[in-house]
Amino acid sequence: MITVTGEPLLEVRGLCVDYGSGDSAVHAVVGADLTLHGGEVFGLAGESGSGKSTLAYSIARLLRMPGVITGGEVVFRDAERSVNLLDADVQQLRELRWNQIAVVLQSAMNALNPVMQIGTQLTDVLQAHRPDLDRAARRDRAGELLDMVGIPRGRLSAYPHELSGGMRQRVMIAMALALEPRLLIMDEPTTALDVVTQREILEELMDLRERLGFAVLFITHDLSLLIEIADTIAVMYAGRLVESAAAGQLYRAPRHPYSYGLLNSFPSLHGPREAMIGIAGSPPDLRQLPDGCVFHPRCKYVMERCKHESPPLVSPATVSPGAPPRLVSCWLHDGAPETSTPAELAVPDDLAMAGAAAAPAVASPTTGSAS
Amino acid sequence: MSAITGTGPLIVEPIEPIIPSGRRRTRMLQLPKSAKIRVGLALALFFTLLAILGPYLAPFDPNASLTTTTGIPQAPSIHHLLGTTQVQQDVLSQLLAGGRSTILVALIAGIVATALAVLFGVAAGYYGGWLDDLLSMLANIFLVLPALPLLIVIFGFLSKSAAPNDLLIGLVISITGWAFGARVLRAQTLSMRNRDYVTSARIIGERGWRIMMFEILPNLVPIVATSFLFTVIYGVGAYTALSFLGVISVSHWSWGTMLYWAQSAQAAQQVHVEWWWFLPPGLAVGLFGTALALLNFGIDEFINPRLRAAGLSRRALRRAGLPSRVQLGLTPVIRTRAQAERRSA
Amino acid sequence: MRLIARRIVLYLLTAIVAITVNFFIPRLMPGNPVEVAIGHIEGQVTPATIHALDLQYGLNTKLSLIGQYFHYLDQLVHGNLGISFSSYPATVTSVIRSALPWTLGLVGLATILSFVAGTLLGIVAAWRRGSWLDNLLPAMTFFQAAPYFFVAILIVAVFATKLGWFPQNSGYDTTTLNPGLNWPFLSSLLDHAVLPALTIVVGSIAGWIIGMRNMMLTTMDEDYVLIAAAKGLSNRKVIGYAARNAILPSVSGFSLAIGFVVSGSLLTEIVFSYPGLGYILLQAIGSEDYPLLQGIFLIITFTVLAANLIADFTYSFLDPRTRQEA
Repeated sequence: MITVTGEPLLEVRGLCVDYGSGDSAVHAVVGADLTLHGGEVFGLAGESGSGKSTLAYSIARLLRMPGVITGGEVVFRDAERSVNLLDADVQQLRELRWNQIAVVLQSAMNALNPVMQIGTQLTDVLQAHRPDLDRAARRDRAGELLDMVGIPRGRLSAYPHELSGGMRQRVMIAMALALEPRLLIMDEPTTALDVVTQREILEELMDLRERLGFAVLFITHDLSLLIEIADTIAVMYAGRLVESAAAGQLYRAPRHPYSYGLLNSFPSLHGPREAMIGIAGSPPDLRQLPDGCVFHPRCKYVMERCKHESPPLVSPATVSPGAPPRLVSCWLHDGAPETSTPAELAVPDDLAMAGAAAAPAVASPTTGSAS
Repeated sequence: MSAITGTGPLIVEPIEPIIPSGRRRTRMLQLPKSAKIRVGLALALFFTLLAILGPYLAPFDPNASLTTTTGIPQAPSIHHLLGTTQVQQDVLSQLLAGGRSTILVALIAGIVATALAVLFGVAAGYYGGWLDDLLSMLANIFLVLPALPLLIVIFGFLSKSAAPNDLLIGLVISITGWAFGARVLRAQTLSMRNRDYVTSARIIGERGWRIMMFEILPNLVPIVATSFLFTVIYGVGAYTALSFLGVISVSHWSWGTMLYWAQSAQAAQQVHVEWWWFLPPGLAVGLFGTALALLNFGIDEFINPRLRAAGLSRRALRRAGLPSRVQLGLTPVIRTRAQAERRSA
Repeated sequence: MRLIARRIVLYLLTAIVAITVNFFIPRLMPGNPVEVAIGHIEGQVTPATIHALDLQYGLNTKLSLIGQYFHYLDQLVHGNLGISFSSYPATVTSVIRSALPWTLGLVGLATILSFVAGTLLGIVAAWRRGSWLDNLLPAMTFFQAAPYFFVAILIVAVFATKLGWFPQNSGYDTTTLNPGLNWPFLSSLLDHAVLPALTIVVGSIAGWIIGMRNMMLTTMDEDYVLIAAAKGLSNRKVIGYAARNAILPSVSGFSLAIGFVVSGSLLTEIVFSYPGLGYILLQAIGSEDYPLLQGIFLIITFTVLAANLIADFTYSFLDPRTRQEA
């Protein structure tokens, strides 16, 4: 099992994204930090409006108007180069995107041009990036790509409306892998599909990752899905990363009250019956965020300090020795003597790791470093 | 929604829109700011006043030949601000008198055609079945049938047997003008028929016409408005064209009749172009139509926010130090000072 | 091909409606204007002609309405639209036949030109939103809203009368030339067609520009366009991705527009005394030539329906989704 190489592939530091400008600007992403390693599956979870898709689009510089990146850096690294995408010009982006970083969007129906054959849509990317290939070679390679995702070559001349939803999403994955990129950004790639298809596609995706060794930034609202497939999970709330940790750690030993709430919002299919806790209140309006910690109005552990001071995303004070690094943005973990961390938010990491070892689906993760 | 289908238990939210919510409020606030709507409203108001007051303001009788000079039109002067026609009628008086008939016919045509469009479109969309088939077919036939030639034939016969009358003219024009609005309204009603609030009204036993009036129609207001403006523009065009052809009595003053006389006298072909004769009525028709078209664009942008510069005007872009032309797939990066400070902190 | 079949049925129905309406209009009018008009020409034409006209309009006949209708249909099928009052003894068919090529040539060329140029400009206007083209939109709206014949009058006044660049009227130099395939005639033909064609283009181009611009703006928000840009395709290809889709409503809207364009062209011809259908239409109105008037109505209707069918074929060629058999 190949997978995480340990070398940082993509580093996002202090990324800020606004919608609009001036006083009316909505701060959709504020100071996001994350590190993706080669071959890693990095899951980004959050509810509607949490900024997870905005973050993903911004990394690739694909966010549309009125989205504006207002700060930070997005550095892509490999053996040959280290490029800050936010400083890159059109030409550099053209070289980087699809060659190294490809994207798969939520609805494949909208991502495929309805009036063009899928073969044309697969070959034009080759034509743009592989000028040495002639027409026949491009066609051949496109057929190979379809084979790879389990679609018969004959469908090259099909139009998108002639394919099922699952097949269209496979075509999109084939298209994204056309140039064998090192990183795949996937925005809710399976949300629009039925469960069986979703499962098939995810399994195929994981197989392909093993064969080709690309990393995945997987954005979804479905935390359970991430726990199964991701090495590392980051949780977003109101434009901020509130917690990031190895998948098993996050699942068994969440540190942030919001992560904990999410994990307990829905009944578990496995394991003992537990009372559902859920999260009171509703997500905040990004134009009128509360002072202090953005989550404090909904947090049942709220303290006086939370209402005035915004907690930084740092390593929690109680990290078990030898456990992989993790980050949380919460005053409950500041380690101050007067702070009493509730037991459910202080499950020891080694316990979590023991659980992870028993569940091989969760690969050994390495997490973003504290800055 | 995998929560229901059972992939996994921990779902946060089904689908995340790329743009944060809360756009609707700014949209409401932006409406009166639209320059298109403001200019359009001002012009439309001006022309409405003209239609009401015009005949009273006319300095002369539009039919009267004022002097007994040669048959040469006079250029504008202090006596005749817009000059005279070949038979020395005052152009300004004709313009003021002719405005009422032109605008009245267009409004009648617009109101009647829109009423027909709402009636047929909403009924077809709501009831469906054979009624929908029949009405849709009728609308499609009227859409492909060339309207002006049909009107010419009708008026060719009609004007010989009945005196010109603005109400009758407007009604006949409306017959050829309802189909477009009906088709758009039908499609919209169809998409609304199965919404929850309509279904619930049906379940509690509301009558069909009440549901259409109070549940569906209020949601169609912007479309009804554009359809009305569209038919008024159409009405002006059709009426002016018919008058210009002389197929409606040429002594019934309208802007089209003025152009008919100017064209018969070859005002544009004379060595000294008699511009004061054809320019005022032509400009009046064009500006009236432009006013309504601008209002229509304004409503279009209101309905379809993609047509607006998605939240950021060009000026706002420049103020923010952004290139005013933003390229697809190249999200702009502007590092503001506040951000820089936040980062260094 | 179901789309095409459905449309053909619609056009057949429309043709039947037009034919039927054409039959009933003169019969429903109060005061019987046709009888009066026939009275005016009595004595100048042969009794046989009067009899044929009486039969055509159901005057002094014992034939039932149904009988009259079938007689009318029978005449129509044989291409007999009656005798023209104003060009007696010429038949309506022959008068129309001599005028139709002028209109078809002028309107056809000008419309294609306007559609192609307008669509391209619309694409540019959407891609470079905020450019000078956007500032032209209000002016273009004015020319869209102003009647064609007013635009024609302006163009005559400026380019023919004032500047003298092009002739003021007619289809070619009738005083010195005879129609034929020779250079002097063809160049005269072209010279005389420039201003009428310009009028039609100016009058109709704004609609294509604005329609295409708005559709492009909507289409450019689609994911597949963003993906095309992300894939690193050249700008031209990205625009092509969007334009291939954005043009579809323009093509399907063509059927709506063609009726307006043809009507506008008729009026344009009148201003330029261009020897097409518009010109003989004016003549028919002026001389109460009802058979000619009705004949022109039918011919224009059939022409517009044919143009619609061409637009439908184009649409189904451009959109694979309409081609699927289901």
